[in-house]
Amino acid sequence: MTNPQIGPKGHEPRLRVLTCGSVDDGKSTLIGRLLYDCDQVAEDILESAREHSPSGALGPGGLDFSYLLDGLSAEREQGITIDVAYRSCVVLGRTCQIADCPGHAQYTRNMATAASNCDVAIVLIDARTGLLEQTRRHVRICSMMGITRLAVAINKMDLVDWSESKFAAIEIAFRDFAKEFAFHSLNVIPVSAPFGVNLVNRAPELGWYHGPTLAEWLSAVEVSHKDQAQVRLAIQWVSRAPDGTRAYAGPLISGCLHQGQEILIGPTAYPARITRLYRSAEVVERAEAGDAIAISLDRQVDLSRGDWIYTKEQIADFSNQIAADIIWFSDQALAAGRSFWLKGQGAWIQGSVTRIRHKICLDTGQKIAADSLSINDIGLCNLITTQPILCDPYIEGRSCGSFLIVDAVSHATVGVGLIRNALRRAANITPVTAAVDTQTRALRYGQQPRVIWLTGLSGAGKSTIAKLTEQVLWAQGRATALLDGDNLRSGLCQDLGFTEADRVENVRRTAEAAKLMADAGLIVICALISPFARDREMARSIVGPDRFVEVFIDTTIEVCADRDPKGLYAKARQGLIPNFTGVSAPYEAPISPDLRIATYDTSAEAGAQIICDFIQAGG
Amino acid sequence: MNLADMRSLRELEAEAIHVIRESAGAFLRPILMFSIGKDSMVLLHLAAKAFAPGPIPFPLLHIDTTWKFKEMIAFRDRIAREYGVDLIVHTNQDGLDQGINPIVSGASIHTNIMKTIALKQALDHHRIDVAIGGARRDEEKSRAKERIFSFRSVGHGWDPRGQRPELWGHYNTRLQEGESMRAFPLSNWTELDIWSYIQLENIEVVPLYFSKARPVVRRSGTWIMVDDDRLPLEPNEVPELRSVRFRTLGCYPLSGAIESQAGTVAEILEEMLASRFSERQGRLIDGVGSSSMEAKKREGYF
Ligand SMILES: Nc1nc2c(ncn2[C@@H]2O[C@H](COP(=O)(O)OP(=O)(O)O)[C@@H](O)[C@H]2O)c(=O)[nH]1
Repeated sequence: MTNPQIGPKGHEPRLRVLTCGSVDDGKSTLIGRLLYDCDQVAEDILESAREHSPSGALGPGGLDFSYLLDGLSAEREQGITIDVAYRSCVVLGRTCQIADCPGHAQYTRNMATAASNCDVAIVLIDARTGLLEQTRRHVRICSMMGITRLAVAINKMDLVDWSESKFAAIEIAFRDFAKEFAFHSLNVIPVSAPFGVNLVNRAPELGWYHGPTLAEWLSAVEVSHKDQAQVRLAIQWVSRAPDGTRAYAGPLISGCLHQGQEILIGPTAYPARITRLYRSAEVVERAEAGDAIAISLDRQVDLSRGDWIYTKEQIADFSNQIAADIIWFSDQALAAGRSFWLKGQGAWIQGSVTRIRHKICLDTGQKIAADSLSINDIGLCNLITTQPILCDPYIEGRSCGSFLIVDAVSHATVGVGLIRNALRRAANITPVTAAVDTQTRALRYGQQPRVIWLTGLSGAGKSTIAKLTEQVLWAQGRATALLDGDNLRSGLCQDLGFTEADRVENVRRTAEAAKLMADAGLIVICALISPFARDREMARSIVGPDRFVEVFIDTTIEVCADRDPKGLYAKARQGLIPNFTGVSAPYEAPISPDLRIATYDTSAEAGAQIICDFIQAGG
Repeated sequence: MNLADMRSLRELEAEAIHVIRESAGAFLRPILMFSIGKDSMVLLHLAAKAFAPGPIPFPLLHIDTTWKFKEMIAFRDRIAREYGVDLIVHTNQDGLDQGINPIVSGASIHTNIMKTIALKQALDHHRIDVAIGGARRDEEKSRAKERIFSFRSVGHGWDPRGQRPELWGHYNTRLQEGESMRAFPLSNWTELDIWSYIQLENIEVVPLYFSKARPVVRRSGTWIMVDDDRLPLEPNEVPELRSVRFRTLGCYPLSGAIESQAGTVAEILEEMLASRFSERQGRLIDGVGSSSMEAKKREGYF
């Protein structure tokens, strides 16, 4: 008996292996059997898996090999693997970290997640069914995610009488399909998972096959760690030594650095020289890609978490307009205009999609025109960001060329982006700073510009209070402007309806207009139903959080429907107005508005006074 | 052989340091959950490396159930001093007042009240937004799916479906009021990696990991050490001296020892070559059912 966990390891990095296949292709069985044949399963684990195996399981002692894997009770109940699981296995002396990735149709997200961290992939195909739509989708995702070495395991050979011709037909079909991806290496291997054929051991039934077994392939497959010359160090942390010197710490994602090297700090391209180089606490001469390092510099610089270090040999491009492939994870579709947080190895940056150029059919690879991305869609998009973002193309380095997309309100990760290229260099679009600046305007008008954003149900009293507020401010000698939703819809926004996408756009335009007016020094009052929290959040970020005041005109739907000044509730209740907020479309009340005015116990005049007092007080 | 040659350990080390730095950089009030065991020691060692030449910028938190081995407590206090870190020790006083203990209350209740609830109390009290822990994916099946940054809702709930996808080593660390994270820098390490690293880096661990003649009694197929006189003995039970060591450490009445002669790290590594059992077999709490770990986790045990 050899040891279950150890192997002659250490001299090379782990091989990170993705496994993918459709439900019931036998993926869990294959991984379980591989672990078992590599003697990687401890006795007590084996015992407990045997106990839980269904009767009639094919493995030795009534073991169902897939029970060595499926960890969560939720997935046992459903009989499917619902998430990505990782485990280590020493295969013929090489340490592999195997990502078990679900085959269920909806799980593009998990597949992409697993693929992002893998070097090579094993794709399973059921010998009885051959290539399925699922297989094609999985292979396309592998290729997009940058996996270039594949083993295709044609499983359940026992159920097709170990037929060489069946195998050959699937192999030909697969190679034909895979041509477009130009994989660096592609092996097709006939196997039978529960019987352990061609995993580690061979069997006479497949005597006609002379290629490598799956284990042989795993132990030999080469991973081109493309020795990228470009230096990319992401700063995570600034530490201060007892003597007061600073060390800037982070992962050296690619390239090499040495003591004394001249570097540049991004995005400002400020130069400096390395005076001291630490690799996990030790002072070293040289560090290479993959190391956790820290550097000290020869001069005082403005360098903090989220900045980049690179060299002038491989200039890093920073831009606030980029093109990226987006993989969408959220139930709520992606539409242009909404703003999100973006997070790669650098700083958190706000950005939004300006245009969806097309989406990609995962089955055929065709480009399809689209104006939104639904869950599990992949599409090429243009984005703008509020600050310049590092624009390394994904194909040149996965971790520098990618980012997470995070919802501004819920903070859920709703998608990911794979950068194609910069659309414009940041350097070329330095915004024109008006010669007459904010300060000058504030002096002239004797006021700080503000955008007062009134949100609430139709009939809540937004327009009335907005008008009164403007009158009071005007009387105080303020320079003001009023943007009322109803009025805007007959002009600036006349092309927009009440679908969700149109509402987003309506809010965006109003916010942009308000921003321009605030830039001109005015106090702007906006009255807009703006039912979605994330849209108001977008408005806040367009206008700038410092000068945005969110006012919630809080009135119950019953009161609004009672008042019904325009007769709209009555119509909506009869179903004559689709997407009517509060009746057939949701209203998300602000959780912590800057001001809340309850109009059922406050008069409109008093409400306006509250707002003016708030502004007066400098809020 | 040193670390520079051990490519796979060096890679694991770099990944762990990245996660530790991220925990410090992206959160307001990080803490390192220090259980005193070997994984905690590796974690502490890595934290020292991550912030060098500066100090470790967060305190250690130890949940003291009052039933830890005496040796562990002495070791804990000395190590905190030597590493120059603040140590917060928390005990669930309510639980103590109710007389909860592993012997009368049983393993599950004791663990729930003195460990899980105690941990929540401490995290809430100090308003911790990220708690760094030493859990590994190879420890247990349900852990295999755990994230490196594991999201906890208000009230520390863990929802296996609500976890955030982790791609390319980018971490979504944004939280709302009351939400928190657990960070697991050692996720991809195996027990063997831990011991190999301890050997290479010469990290000190509690002597209970090494074999020595200790007073033990046989219970439920494992050896329980009689660490003090709180362990009631059955009428026919007589503690005997046996050469034993522990693979995992916790409350002494719940930690099973194995018979062994391994007195050094090298000998432990050698013994592991021959072992056919996973390290959790000594942990009495697990036997309750194969989904018990996962249930623990939903309750916030980890
Ligand atoms: N006869 C036969 N059955 C197999 C083979 N591989 C898997 N199975 C069975 O196919 C079913 C699905 O396998 P499982 O590993 O759970 O599939 P997964 O959904 O891809 O993880 C189980 O009943 C397995 O026992 C094979 O090569 N031959």
